[in-house]
Amino acid sequence: MTDAGYDEWLDAVDDGEGYFLACPEGHGSLPPRRVCPHCGSTGLDHAALPSTGTVETFTICYVGGPDFADEEPYATAIAEFGDVRLTGVVRGVDPEDVTVGMPVEVTVGTNRTTGDDLLILQAR
Amino acid sequence: MTGVRVAGVGLTHFGRHPERTGRDLFGEAALAAREESGVALEDIESINYGNFMGSLSERQGHQAPLMAEMVGLQCPATRYEEACASAGVAVREAVRAVRSGEADVILAGGCERMTNLSTADVTEGLATAADELYEIRAGMTFPGAYALMARAYFESFGGEREDLAHVAVKNHDNALPNEYAQFHRAITVDEVLDAPMVSDPVGLLDACPVTDGASALVLVSDEYAAEHDVDAPVSITGSGQGGDNLALHDRERLAVTPATERAAAEAYDDAGCSADDVDLVEVHDCFTIAEVLAIEGLGFYDHGEGIGAARRGETTATGDLPVNLSGGLKAKGHPVGATGGSQIAEMTRLLRGDHPNSDHVEDATLGVTHNAGGTVASAVVHVLEVDR
Repeated sequence: MTDAGYDEWLDAVDDGEGYFLACPEGHGSLPPRRVCPHCGSTGLDHAALPSTGTVETFTICYVGGPDFADEEPYATAIAEFGDVRLTGVVRGVDPEDVTVGMPVEVTVGTNRTTGDDLLILQAR
Repeated sequence: MTGVRVAGVGLTHFGRHPERTGRDLFGEAALAAREESGVALEDIESINYGNFMGSLSERQGHQAPLMAEMVGLQCPATRYEEACASAGVAVREAVRAVRSGEADVILAGGCERMTNLSTADVTEGLATAADELYEIRAGMTFPGAYALMARAYFESFGGEREDLAHVAVKNHDNALPNEYAQFHRAITVDEVLDAPMVSDPVGLLDACPVTDGASALVLVSDEYAAEHDVDAPVSITGSGQGGDNLALHDRERLAVTPATERAAAEAYDDAGCSADDVDLVEVHDCFTIAEVLAIEGLGFYDHGEGIGAARRGETTATGDLPVNLSGGLKAKGHPVGATGGSQIAEMTRLLRGDHPNSDHVEDATLGVTHNAGGTVASAVVHVLEVDR
C-alpha cells in the first residue's frame, strides 16, 4: 500500500531531509495535510525537521498487534522535535532504559515482522 | 423543544459470549428495552445503532438494518461509528431527533463482539481508532496509548501506579452486585500492582477486559410519554460532544482531554447545570488513567487532583461523588460499540432506584455519563435527571 504524502515524508526522513509542515500562525504538523489541523490555515510550507528530539513520554509494550509480534517488548515514545512531535519505536537502547527527557534522533528502520519501513527514534 | 425520556433500558450480560453473534446480542438487549418501555413495536420510528469493529470481528458491515430486522422492523436504521464512543453518539443523535420533533420514539444503543478474536487481532482492531500512519505503524496499541498518557500525567502532575490501582479496586467492588457485569471479583491494590505489564505503566488489571455485549434504550418525547402513559421518570436533559486531533502527538498537552471539557461544557449548558450539581457519574474508564482524565475533564477536579480521588475515597460508592457504580468499563466490561448506551442504561437504573447500587445514591437526582472515543479524540457527555 502506498500513501501519498506519508511515504514521501518517510523517504525524506530516511534521506536525512526530514521536514514538517509549518503554517503562518506557527503551528507544526505532519503530512499529508491540506490545511493546518490547529487553525485551518492553507498556507503550509515545508520546514526542516530538527534531527534531534526529546522523549516526552514512552511506554514499554509487551503485547503488540500482529504487525509487531517480533518486536515485543518494544518501547514506543512520543518525542518533541521543535514545533512537532513524532511517535516512533525507540531503538539503540533497551526498552527498560528509555527515560523521559532522553535525546533521540529520527531515522527510518525496518519492522522486523512485516519488513515495512518503520519510524525509529534512535537513542543518542 | 420537547424533553426526552428514557422509557426502557435493555442490557445483555457483559462478558464472553464467543458462540453468540452480534445480532443475537443486540436482539436480546433491544427486546428487553422494548418490553420494559411498554412501547408498541410499530411506534419505533428509527434505530440508532453503535458499533465499531464489526466489519473486522464478524465480517459484517451494514449492521443497522440487520439489527432492525432482529427487532422485527423495517424502519430507518443507521449505524454510528465513533470508536468506543459509538453508542454515545447514537444516543445523542436520537436525543437531537426527538427534541427537534422529527421523532417521538427511537431505539438507540449498540453492540460489539470481540472475544471471538485473538488478543493480537483485538489489539489490532482497537488500534484502528488511532492514526494509522503515525501511530499504528509506530507500534501504538490502545493500552500503549493510555500508557503514554499515564506517564505524561505522572510527569506533569505527579501521582503513581498505586493511585491508579485504587481506581481498579473501586470499580471491581462496584461491579460485585451488578448482574450484567463481566467481573464479580474483588481485587486488591497489590494484585493490581503485581499483575503482568501490558504496556508499562498500564498493567493487566489497569485495563478493561475484552467483552461481548449489547445495550439498548427506548427514548420517547415528553408528549409521547404523557399520551401513552409511559412510566419514564428519567430524562436526558443535556447532551454534548467534543472533538480533538486524532493523533495523541498532535495535542497541545498529553495528559488533559479537552474533548471531554468541550462535551461537558455543552452538556451542562444544555441541561442548565454545573459540575457542582452532579450526584453521580459513569465515566469512560477503559484504563485506570482514563477515569482520572475523565473526572478532571468533566470539571470535578482540577488537573492533577483527580488521580488521588479513588485513593482518598471520594469517588467510591460511599464517597461524595460515586464514580462508576456500575463497575465501569474496567469491571463491568467494554464491548466498545455498546458502552455509551450501557452507561445511560446503568445511570437510568441508578436514578430510578432499581440498580443494585442505588442504595448508595438514594437521594440522587442528577447523573452524568461520559463516553470517549480513541485517546479522547471524541467525547460524548449526557446529563440525566430523575423526577422526584
